[in-house]
Amino acid sequence: MASQEMEELVSREYTQGFVTDIESDTVPPGLDESTIAFISNKKGEPEWMLEWRLEAYRQWLTMTTPSWAHLDYPPIDYQAISYYSAPKKDEDRPQSLDEVDPKLLETYEKLGIPLHERAALAGVAVDAVFDSVSVTTTFKDKLAEAGVIFCSISEAIREYPELVRQYLGSVVPQGDNYFAALNSAVFTDGSFVYVPEGVECPMELSTYFRINAANTGQFERTLIVCDKRAQVSYLEGCTAPQRDENQLHAAVVELVALEDANIKYSTVQNWYPGDENGKGGIYNFVTKRGDCRGDRSKISWTQVETGSAITWKYPSCMLRGKDSVGEFYSVAVTNGRQQADTGTKMIHIGEGTRSTIISKGIAAGRSDQAYRGLVKVGPRAKNARNFTQCDSLLIGDRCGAHTFPYQEIGNNSATVEHEATTSKIGEDQLFYCKARGISEEDAVNMIVNGFCKDVFQELPMEFAVEAEALLNVTLEGAVG
Amino acid sequence: MLEVKDLHVTVEGSEILKGLNLTVNPGEVHALMGPNGAGKSTLSAVIAGKDGYEVTSGEVLFEGKNLLEMEIEERALAGILLGFQYPVEIPGVKNIYLLKAALNAQRVARGEEEIPAPEFMKLVREQLSFMKMDGSFLQRAVNEGFSGGEKKRNEILQMLVLQPKLAMLDEIDSGLDIDAMKVVAEGINSLRNADRAILMVTHYQRLLEHIVPDRVHVLVDGRIVKSGDKNLAHELEARGYEWVLEESAA
Ligand SMILES: Nc1ncnc2c1ncn2[C@@H]1O[C@H](COP(=O)(O)OP(=O)(O)OP(=O)(O)O)[C@@H](O)[C@H]1O
Ligand SMILES: [Mg+2]
Repeated sequence: MASQEMEELVSREYTQGFVTDIESDTVPPGLDESTIAFISNKKGEPEWMLEWRLEAYRQWLTMTTPSWAHLDYPPIDYQAISYYSAPKKDEDRPQSLDEVDPKLLETYEKLGIPLHERAALAGVAVDAVFDSVSVTTTFKDKLAEAGVIFCSISEAIREYPELVRQYLGSVVPQGDNYFAALNSAVFTDGSFVYVPEGVECPMELSTYFRINAANTGQFERTLIVCDKRAQVSYLEGCTAPQRDENQLHAAVVELVALEDANIKYSTVQNWYPGDENGKGGIYNFVTKRGDCRGDRSKISWTQVETGSAITWKYPSCMLRGKDSVGEFYSVAVTNGRQQADTGTKMIHIGEGTRSTIISKGIAAGRSDQAYRGLVKVGPRAKNARNFTQCDSLLIGDRCGAHTFPYQEIGNNSATVEHEATTSKIGEDQLFYCKARGISEEDAVNMIVNGFCKDVFQELPMEFAVEAEALLNVTLEGAVG
Repeated sequence: MLEVKDLHVTVEGSEILKGLNLTVNPGEVHALMGPNGAGKSTLSAVIAGKDGYEVTSGEVLFEGKNLLEMEIEERALAGILLGFQYPVEIPGVKNIYLLKAALNAQRVARGEEEIPAPEFMKLVREQLSFMKMDGSFLQRAVNEGFSGGEKKRNEILQMLVLQPKLAMLDEIDSGLDIDAMKVVAEGINSLRNADRAILMVTHYQRLLEHIVPDRVHVLVDGRIVKSGDKNLAHELEARGYEWVLEESAA
């Protein structure tokens, strides 16, 4: 098949692009200390929190935007962004779905996420973040029974200040990097999870992040703490309406796993990637880091990335505890003019620590993606082990995939293995399938899904189904 | 059923098929023989619709329809199935998944319902044991890590499940041990019936002892230069191609 046809096949319109018209109560664009005070005040935060934010802001002022070899984007005007936006009736938030703005529910419908159904059928507690304020939270009772805290970060700051104070910024410090510093200064919402000692969270926790008000940067902050022998599986999914201006998203996710704790964090991300020329997409600069603080603790990141104009994201694990385990399973699909620079960092600090990295990149159209992985083994990490596998699949001949594996091995008892492959979607594979009567579109989906199987099987069941569907939509095109 | 008329095909600028004529009727088994590089695989690839072959003149009709205007998958859905000489591996895609997708594509094209899972499993298990294949082959990725002989059996398994009108087999006998040859031949023979045609490319008489052809053709330099019955294959086995070449040059 001609590569041009191939490209038509993978080009597609963003099917979830639309704008919901909910009146926002937004601060004027711009950022200074008074903006931060406004946000903190609006959220009813204690004094220490405001101080913490201001500290972050002052550090941010001294920092400069990082530049990366494989991303190319115009400079962001941080004074043109509005840092707070909330649905109007902030005070009386809906207590049940009946009270939720029907327009919001409509939005979920269009996204194919019937919230109530999903929540009820799948037994998933949903803390839906709409713009910057949690609009609805369900299944609280069941979680409360188990002693699990799952709420918005703002609520946690008010209700569980000791826990938040103890852990916030303990994995990603305020000054960690440019975007983390900005996030620390202005974050408006996000989720907080605390699973107490010995508790296995009775359901998968899920949050839908969406971006809605025009020109509003999103600064989510998520903090998940799993106490000794506790377990939790957290799902994050994103979609955003189509629009003209690039939108900045700079989230921070911190995970803390104490002794024998197990955290599984899964993301399916489908932000608007921009039109064919890359106009209008989301800029996604995210800091995600897990801290395996306790012995034998385990943190597993699984992600399926199909959206954004620009993605910069390296979920990482600090393997401090003895025999702790870090995992990273990733599928990244880029199309059109998307750029993605993703990967992971596995920092082996404790003895006997193990990590696994499986990265699958699919590039189509004129997109460009890079995998950048760091495996670092410290001097105390005796017998540390890492296995890395990075596979790239190219669709058409105007896209690119690059792999940059970095290794810093400070201990000669460590075992580090790296395997990498790059292949073009096989004309032979396509011909084989089509010669059995399978349509081109189905054949592409089949081959691509097969390529991603090692990662998909790590996703929770319903998410795996969603991920496959999402991949098919992403690669859907004008066949026939 | 299949009519190839004065077919000229060019690959990357050089003419490979140079006026090929072939007619295959329902119920017949045809063997296509000939020296390396003569164009046998090219012919089956052109009939299946593979890209990269330019038909400069001539016609290929299947049940009266112009095949050359049809997409690859349309040809398959019309009942033409190509058994590959080198079946490709598709990592991560279960063999059974491909089989089911292919069968359902056929059924949907015929306006039928997709096959219910239990019925499908029953069908596949029957054919699987006929091909003396282990059930684990269904759960493995398509052809991944299959031995040469296992890949060939898998091709026949697909034929048995998909029941094509015209089965084309390119060197299905290459790389088969003696027992596997028998199993594969039995599979192919079980496909023989009054409505179905089979076109086999082979270099060896051995396969034709198991599957006795109605017609044997010798393809040399892009043309069929000699046709005959099964005895022609014996003669080729005994005497090679030299004499055919001389005869056709004369
Ligand atoms: N993609 C291609 N590019 C260039 N030449 C090709 C291509 N495909 C086929 N050919 C040439 O066409 C000729 C016929 O090839 P084909 O594979 O049809 O032969 P064959 O009769 O099947 O031979 P064998 O018995 O060795 O399998 C050969 O000379 C081959 O090199
Ligand atoms: Mg050949």
